[in-house]
Amino acid sequence: MEWFETWGLTLTVFLPLVGVVLLGLIPKENESALKTTGLVASIMTFAASLILIARFDFSSNTYNTYQFEVSETWIGAINANYHVGIDGISLPMLVLSTFVMVLAVIYSWNHWDEPKNPKAFLILMMILATGMNGTFVALDLVLFFLFFEIVLLPMYFMIGIWGDKTPRKIPGFAKEFETRLYAAIKFFLFTLFGSAFLLLGFLALYFESGKSQFGRTFDIPQLTELGASGAFSGTFAFLVFGAIFLGFAVKVPMFPFHTWLPDAHTAAPTVGSVLLAAILLKLGSYGFIRISLPILPEEAVSWAPFIAILAVIGIIYGSLACLAQSDMKRLIAFSSVGHMGFIMLGISTMTDIGINAAIIGMVAHGLITGLLFFIAGSMHHRYHTREMARLGGNIKLMPVMGGILAFTAMASLGLPGLAGFWGEFMSLVASFNPLPGLSLGVFRSAMVIGAIGTILTAGYMLWMLQKVNLGEPGDEWEGKEFHDVDRFELAAWVPLIVLIVVIGFFPKFIFSSTTDVVTSLVDMAFNSETTAAISSQIGG
Amino acid sequence: MLLSQFLVLGAALFAFGIYGLLVRRNIVLILLSVELMLNAVNINLIAFESVLVSPEAIGHIFAIFVITVAAAEVGIGLAIVLMIFRNRKSANVDDLNLMRW
Amino acid sequence: MMSRLLFAAEEIHAGDGGWWADTAGVMLVLPFVAFLLILAFGKKLKYKGGEIAVAALAINLVWATVLLLMNANSGVLDQITFEIGHIGSGLVFELGWVVDGLSILMFFLVNFVGLVVFVYALGYMKDDVRVDWFFAAFSLFAGAMLVLVGAPNLIQLIIGWEGVGLASYLLIGFYWEDLDNVRAGNKAFLTNKVADVGLILGAILVGVSIGSWDFGAIDFAAFEGAPELAAVATVGGLLLFFGAMGKSAQFPFHIWLPDAMAGPTPVSALMHAATMVTAGIYLMARMFPLFEYMAQNVRIVMIVIGTVTLFGVGLLAIVADDIKRVLAYSTVSQLGYMMTAIAAGGYTAGMFHLFTHASFKALLFLGAGSVIHAVHSNNMSDMGGLRKFMPTTFWTWVVGALALSGIGLSGFWSKDEILATMGEQGLTVVLWISIAGAFVTAFYMARATFLTFFGTYEGDGKPHESPRIMTVPLVILAVPAAIAGVLNIPGLSLPRLGNFTEWLAVRLVPMGDHHAEAINFGLAAIGLVAAVLGVVIGWLIYYPDKETQLQRDSFEIPVLFPLLRKKYYIDDLALGIVALIKGPLARLVDWTSTYVIDGFVNGVARLVKGLGVFVYDTLDQRGVDGVFNGLSAAADGAGSVVRKWQSGRVQQYAASFVAGVLILVALFVFVI
Repeated sequence: MEWFETWGLTLTVFLPLVGVVLLGLIPKENESALKTTGLVASIMTFAASLILIARFDFSSNTYNTYQFEVSETWIGAINANYHVGIDGISLPMLVLSTFVMVLAVIYSWNHWDEPKNPKAFLILMMILATGMNGTFVALDLVLFFLFFEIVLLPMYFMIGIWGDKTPRKIPGFAKEFETRLYAAIKFFLFTLFGSAFLLLGFLALYFESGKSQFGRTFDIPQLTELGASGAFSGTFAFLVFGAIFLGFAVKVPMFPFHTWLPDAHTAAPTVGSVLLAAILLKLGSYGFIRISLPILPEEAVSWAPFIAILAVIGIIYGSLACLAQSDMKRLIAFSSVGHMGFIMLGISTMTDIGINAAIIGMVAHGLITGLLFFIAGSMHHRYHTREMARLGGNIKLMPVMGGILAFTAMASLGLPGLAGFWGEFMSLVASFNPLPGLSLGVFRSAMVIGAIGTILTAGYMLWMLQKVNLGEPGDEWEGKEFHDVDRFELAAWVPLIVLIVVIGFFPKFIFSSTTDVVTSLVDMAFNSETTAAISSQIGG
Repeated sequence: MLLSQFLVLGAALFAFGIYGLLVRRNIVLILLSVELMLNAVNINLIAFESVLVSPEAIGHIFAIFVITVAAAEVGIGLAIVLMIFRNRKSANVDDLNLMRW
Repeated sequence: MMSRLLFAAEEIHAGDGGWWADTAGVMLVLPFVAFLLILAFGKKLKYKGGEIAVAALAINLVWATVLLLMNANSGVLDQITFEIGHIGSGLVFELGWVVDGLSILMFFLVNFVGLVVFVYALGYMKDDVRVDWFFAAFSLFAGAMLVLVGAPNLIQLIIGWEGVGLASYLLIGFYWEDLDNVRAGNKAFLTNKVADVGLILGAILVGVSIGSWDFGAIDFAAFEGAPELAAVATVGGLLLFFGAMGKSAQFPFHIWLPDAMAGPTPVSALMHAATMVTAGIYLMARMFPLFEYMAQNVRIVMIVIGTVTLFGVGLLAIVADDIKRVLAYSTVSQLGYMMTAIAAGGYTAGMFHLFTHASFKALLFLGAGSVIHAVHSNNMSDMGGLRKFMPTTFWTWVVGALALSGIGLSGFWSKDEILATMGEQGLTVVLWISIAGAFVTAFYMARATFLTFFGTYEGDGKPHESPRIMTVPLVILAVPAAIAGVLNIPGLSLPRLGNFTEWLAVRLVPMGDHHAEAINFGLAAIGLVAAVLGVVIGWLIYYPDKETQLQRDSFEIPVLFPLLRKKYYIDDLALGIVALIKGPLARLVDWTSTYVIDGFVNGVARLVKGLGVFVYDTLDQRGVDGVFNGLSAAADGAGSVVRKWQSGRVQQYAASFVAGVLILVALFVFVI
């Protein structure tokens, strides 16, 4: 298994592409072969990521040392390399990504949104998998950007082709558009808008690094080293951070860049929303932890209060918007804005507690919101509506489905003992004592407001349960046959449920991977000199 | 000098060939006329070679090339003719104006 | 006593509870196992899984009883924890269980009352819908409650705290076909969630400041006056109290509890009277050293809130017609007594009242359940004269009512202890309000008793006594409701059982609480007189009803009673706030998202698109394309002429070709 040390990550990233090639060879009509191929490809990817865990050395888990590292020249002219590697931060994200992909393939076994065409859909899913896995392992800015952008394309097609066809009046435009078209284009352009700035920031780092001992480089570990030694500072770094911030903030999404998210989620096919919520959103917050913080630590500190304020606005704003929704899927989509707000609040504290909170929050949100979208999709499949006013008494018609929905809603509102609690709670803990030098006033207010946000979260989740799950079913469903959860749904959901409980009672599941590396990240990026400099500025 | 006689023969053959090419309506005969023209060229090549001897025998080699090309050309040409005849029941060039604009 | 405690304090992990303390965690786990088993197999069993739930609590009760006796004899102090995660700089999360005087008392209480209520529920829920789900959720509650009271640190306490909240939500909304019940559940959950913000923030403040959430560590820090804890003690204590106000339904968070009566009666008995609602009191008792040694200022707030609760909410019970609501308001009022007692420094007095209250209030609820079971109505206006039909229920009810009113039975002793503590602390105003509260308590209990059991029956059908499986639990609960008072008579130490004060004193640090050393006969007499007066006035108003049965409940005090019927408008206020948030505010936010932010985005998109149209139509199509179109038109025209040459006739081409060659030859020959 020695070869795995060098090939492991490449396998994890590109096995889905092998799947794409195989899928391409199978004729469109042979559905079962297509599905089996997709499943095998995703399971093998997942297996590869499990072997990564098994062979991961948790004892030497410090920041900026990567395992399974591979660096090969790629585009020599601009010194861009095929440089991949993982550490304790990317490991849980990578495994989450491969894991959710397996479940998505299982779920789609007998849930194809119109116009079906499993071949094309599976191919898009596999391309998406490559993009997502690649983003989590890339250690080169160009490579990172490439994978980051690859993700857009399949998602664009998923929304645009398999999405919701109902016409919708778009504010600002005279005529009606199909929801899916508007959503797909908005998603693509919005993200591309952010990406343009992201690329700008990356290029600026590239040229600026030319002054250092490394020469011009896109290499993340080298840039991290430069960042820790204070190579990037002043107005230049401030602007670069701003550009990169914009790129990631759109993806997260942070208020006020969130408006693509409800539309994309609502319009996307079930599996699309699941992957969007579970993994895609995390690419942004992961980028903050992997790129923004370590490479531009000083600027991160000066931007932190701003990020915290936006995060807190997101928490309250997203929760309030949820209360106004009548569409179940849109409600769940808006809930992501609030939850991602907690994650960003954790990151903005620049402490080990906060960043750990963000990572466990990302994993938990991936599991919980992914499951919620699965359920929303299955319910739409059966009721052919997502209007909560028309639903009701779901738990009477489908007890198992209703039970799982209730469970997931409870997990989503951050019930202690389930996965969602730790991210929220620790974000609040971290905001109580942010990195020394950060404004206590801002962060402690953020803590209080964020805590109040949890009330609103509980409010809209209970309200949704009341509308959808409880009460008597409406008259229009009388006499209709509803088949409860089928075995493919169970196979896709039970692992999520189990993990939600396990992480809820045993967060060490995630922390054992992240805690050491995050601590050393904070030590490295925000060592005493940085903070001393900041506090002396404030003092002076 | 013998050379001029060969050249006259070649020119005559070439002229017959051009005449046939322009006047005949049957494709097979047109093809034969083309062959005639090629062989007129061959005669010229060999005639010049025998007078202006070159070490590499370029004239002879070119003549052989031309014969080869002519053979290939006739092969393909006849095949096309055969197909045209099969599809159209005619070998008259006047019926063939498919390549019109 | 003190020396043993300090010795224990040095060796908290010594495990002097032996095997029983080391394995006490079984109690925390068993109900969850029962929960899963019932969900899996409940439907197939005779009692729909009730037997599993009962069995789990019966096994638990063995542990609790053994520990209780061991603690009574020699004190048990032990703590077992497992790390479930830690973050670099010393932030450790642990689960486990603490075994000391306080938690053992709660273990016993939860398991004992729980077992009795579970058995009762076997009969009460027999013909109900979803019995398996009822017992599953009930077991979930028992487990969460034990996790709460056994918590060695604030994190586990929060887990249990929210767990019981969840179970409460599930069981209040047990009859979820009726959306009113669901709304009651939502109200309970959300009211508690508001208060939980205080609990969570308080936990963060306290835990982060001393670097540990362990109760032992907090107790020590408070006892030894650690400066970092002192810095946050007041705010932290206030926040924790805020959290306790929610769960223990202190004014103005009491609004959820009466609505919570929408759940089945056993739920009201166990959760919303005996155990769950006392979680807030338990938290205050658990954190007592913090309030005793550091956050004294907070105690003033606690006393004010507690006093308002015990009197103000108690008054509401007078106008309620629903028998369960009467008991619910009474519960809130008694919780106010406990809170005030603990705030006044009466750690033992508050907990002792919690202990006796659990038995007699559970008894009263089960009695009410028995009545409701017979009458099929919650309203006292549908009852009356049940004394003759349901003798066992009636007599056990009387025991409970006397105990609650503080006449002779267990409630007398515990309430007297509270009054004594207040007197000792010089809280004269609070003391007199509490005595007035005792009067109110006796009055509304007299009203409930006379309206329910005396006079003539007003309901439909012929009521009958409940089956044995329901009356036996009533009798069992009547015993402690009657005699539990002897456990804590000052100066009296029972053989083998010792004294309640000593039980509770088994903590890591000395509690330094203020408990009466001797019976205060003066206060006891005043309290008793107030209570008896309440009963007598109640009898005068509600008993003599010979001629107009229907008019019995017509007693009215102007201004006060209408205000009480409106529940001081607090419910309306809360609903108004919720409606404001859910309605206009949420819509405003959604509107800004769709029209302002998205309007901007779409506006930009439209602008760009408009620009595109201009560039395309005007510049591109007419300008740039015009040039190319002109060129191509010219080419097209030329082509249409020239193309005539391309006739498709090979020979014509050949002729042209020959002609060309001839021209070239001519040029060569004649021109050059």
